[in-house]
Amino acid sequence: MDAMILQEKLVERLLCPRVRTARQKDKQYVGFATLPNQVHRKSVKKGFDFTLMVAGESGLGKSTLVNSLFLTDLYKDRKLLNAEERINQTVEIIKHTVDIEEKGVKLKLTIVDTPGFGDAVNNNECWKPITDYIDQQFEQYFRDESGLNRKNILDNRVHCCLYFISPFGHGLRPVDVEFMKALHEKVNIVPLIAKADCLTPNEIKKLKDRVRDEIEKFGIKVYQFPECDSDEDEEFKQMDKELKECTPFAVIGSNTVVEARGQRVRGRLYPWGIVEVENQSHCDFVKLRNMLIRSHMHDLKDVTCDVHYENYRAHCIQEMTSKLAQDNRMDSPIPILPLPTPDLETERLIKMKDEELKRMQEMLEKMQQQMHEKDQ
Amino acid sequence: MAATDVDVFSNEEKRNLNLGGHVGFDSLPDQLVSKSVTQGFCFNILCVGETGIGKSTLMNTLFNTMFENEEASHYQNGVYLRPRTYDLQESNVHLKLTIVDTVGFGDQINKEDSYKPIVDYIDTQFENYLQEELKIKRSLYNYHDTRIHICLYFIAPTGHSLKSLDLVTMKKLDSKVNIIPIIAKADTISKSELHKFKIKIMSELVSNGVQIYQFPTDDEAVSEINSSMNAHLPFAVVGSVEEVKVGNKMVRARQYPWGVVQVENESHCDFVKLREMLIRVNMEDLREQTHARHYELYRRCKLEEMGFKDTDPDSQPFSLQETYEAKRKEFLSDLQRKEEEMRQMFVNKVKETEAELKEKERELHDKFEQLKRMHQDEKKKIEEKRRDLEEEMNAFNRRKVAAETLSLSQPLKKDKDKKN
Repeated sequence: MDAMILQEKLVERLLCPRVRTARQKDKQYVGFATLPNQVHRKSVKKGFDFTLMVAGESGLGKSTLVNSLFLTDLYKDRKLLNAEERINQTVEIIKHTVDIEEKGVKLKLTIVDTPGFGDAVNNNECWKPITDYIDQQFEQYFRDESGLNRKNILDNRVHCCLYFISPFGHGLRPVDVEFMKALHEKVNIVPLIAKADCLTPNEIKKLKDRVRDEIEKFGIKVYQFPECDSDEDEEFKQMDKELKECTPFAVIGSNTVVEARGQRVRGRLYPWGIVEVENQSHCDFVKLRNMLIRSHMHDLKDVTCDVHYENYRAHCIQEMTSKLAQDNRMDSPIPILPLPTPDLETERLIKMKDEELKRMQEMLEKMQQQMHEKDQ
Repeated sequence: MAATDVDVFSNEEKRNLNLGGHVGFDSLPDQLVSKSVTQGFCFNILCVGETGIGKSTLMNTLFNTMFENEEASHYQNGVYLRPRTYDLQESNVHLKLTIVDTVGFGDQINKEDSYKPIVDYIDTQFENYLQEELKIKRSLYNYHDTRIHICLYFIAPTGHSLKSLDLVTMKKLDSKVNIIPIIAKADTISKSELHKFKIKIMSELVSNGVQIYQFPTDDEAVSEINSSMNAHLPFAVVGSVEEVKVGNKMVRARQYPWGVVQVENESHCDFVKLREMLIRVNMEDLREQTHARHYELYRRCKLEEMGFKDTDPDSQPFSLQETYEAKRKEFLSDLQRKEEEMRQMFVNKVKETEAELKEKERELHDKFEQLKRMHQDEKKKIEEKRRDLEEEMNAFNRRKVAAETLSLSQPLKKDKDKKN
């Protein structure tokens, strides 16, 4: 009797108000309802990491937006190039890593910047350094994952890429389309309309529709929000629906704090008014922040791990096994080889035989029909 | 005549006389004005800027009318120019306005050749005028002047500096046309950022040696306003054709959730300044500059290319006529020489091929002879063999006959013996 009371008391202490299921007072209470709490505790202890890539032409406000999103100043001593120096510029990849903490939760945030994208006069294949970088991170993770000592794997894979679309045009430009097509199978792309304070609400709507149509027309697979479960509450479903209809987000960023309506807010001061970054009727910054940080950060990581990385891995392994089958050698960089996939020749033969079989079946049927008609 | 005003009377003695009364030649400017008004004016604007930056909207706003315009797509293969001519009238002044749009500028992935169509277009207009000028029967007063008087270069409001494409294009254009750079869609830059942006642009233009159009400051009537405007370059403009109610008036403006940007409000943007400078004050000066500076430069380069000079090696002035005749003769003789060369080449080639063909014929002939001989030899051999075979056959036949007669004669002998 005493032991059971003790057990109950222990369970009570472990439980927090977070547990939704009602506590049953009889002995059949097992207690795995505390699992979410355990997960929460462990993850807080372990800490999180997130890698965000920003890409787009110079002058679209990428750095300002990143600073606004994470409320820090990542780009303190940045040197901007002159127009002359940019004529033949190549794309660089620059990583900034910061450790930020909020209510005990630690986040290691890595921002991958791509200065020089789209700046030169000849921008042929200017996205190649970026795709190479993403592939490199996948390759490094692949090797680490297949190695013998897997204790301290560093996950440097890019979880999300914010692509900035210029609001000064009529929609997507050729360089935008080519970039997104080169990257949509490697990373989650979230397209944004930058510097949205140069568009009136009508113009924003027109531009969003245009961009959505063009994305569909060119077959670009941008990041899709996951469908919400049917048992979520109405408010969540409504929010989710609004979020989906609002893409691509039209954002404004600001590094300065101004005084508006008696409050100090982040915004831009103009002679004709003040644009507030966090005002939902001014721009979609809040929606972007909520989506990126507050609700979908983990989903972005999951899609990167489950979809993009697995695609890369399967592709890599297939290439390796087909090469091995050709070379007929036993040594390989991976200690454990998965089953080899059937090579192309046998597959082709199988296909041919299948087709022949189908044809013969069709002929048989025709003959049967003819005989049937003759009988009649 | 040369671009600078030549003082025709510098060598002669000039005396300043005072007039005794009012003569009336102070009406000369008025006569000039009435003549030009009846003639009508013409003005050509070239708008260079990326697709969607607001070129058509700004033209509509400047001239307070709706020029028909479809939106351009971003997916053109190259840059091409679209000139459109309109006839406008204000009070009793007629203006033939041509607006040339660059379609597809800045959209391609490889923009190295983007400036070429623009330069070619400007040169073609100069060329057409030059051709008209050099004609024997010409009608310059009636000629529709399509030379570009002003190029408005639209800079995207990034807030950092010029784009590399902008710099390259402006450097190619600055010696051919008057350039006024303007910052488009300026309602996306705040005041402080705008100030820094303007300074950065001007310093980049200066350090790269790009000559933009400076409003003239030598005429006292307008020098003050012009020099103050020069300090405001590049103009940050906002265009709009929609009207919004502000106070109790309808003004052209853009309505945002956070405020209304009025196009004609000087504290909001520099549109009014641009309109003043471009249309109300300096339009005539722009036409003059185009004719006196850019066109003359083009003409000189073109004629020098053709080989004309103002003075020959002995410093005696040439006349255009003589030079032209000399050039023509040279050209014709050149042509003839080339013709001869080609004919010579053709003849040589024909000879060569003939010789080759003859060689081949001879070879074939030889081969034929050889084959014939071989054939003859073979035939002889076969004949011999046949003869041998025949002899053998004959020999065999003879032996056969001999054997037969022998067997026949045997029974006869027996009979003979029996009889005996």
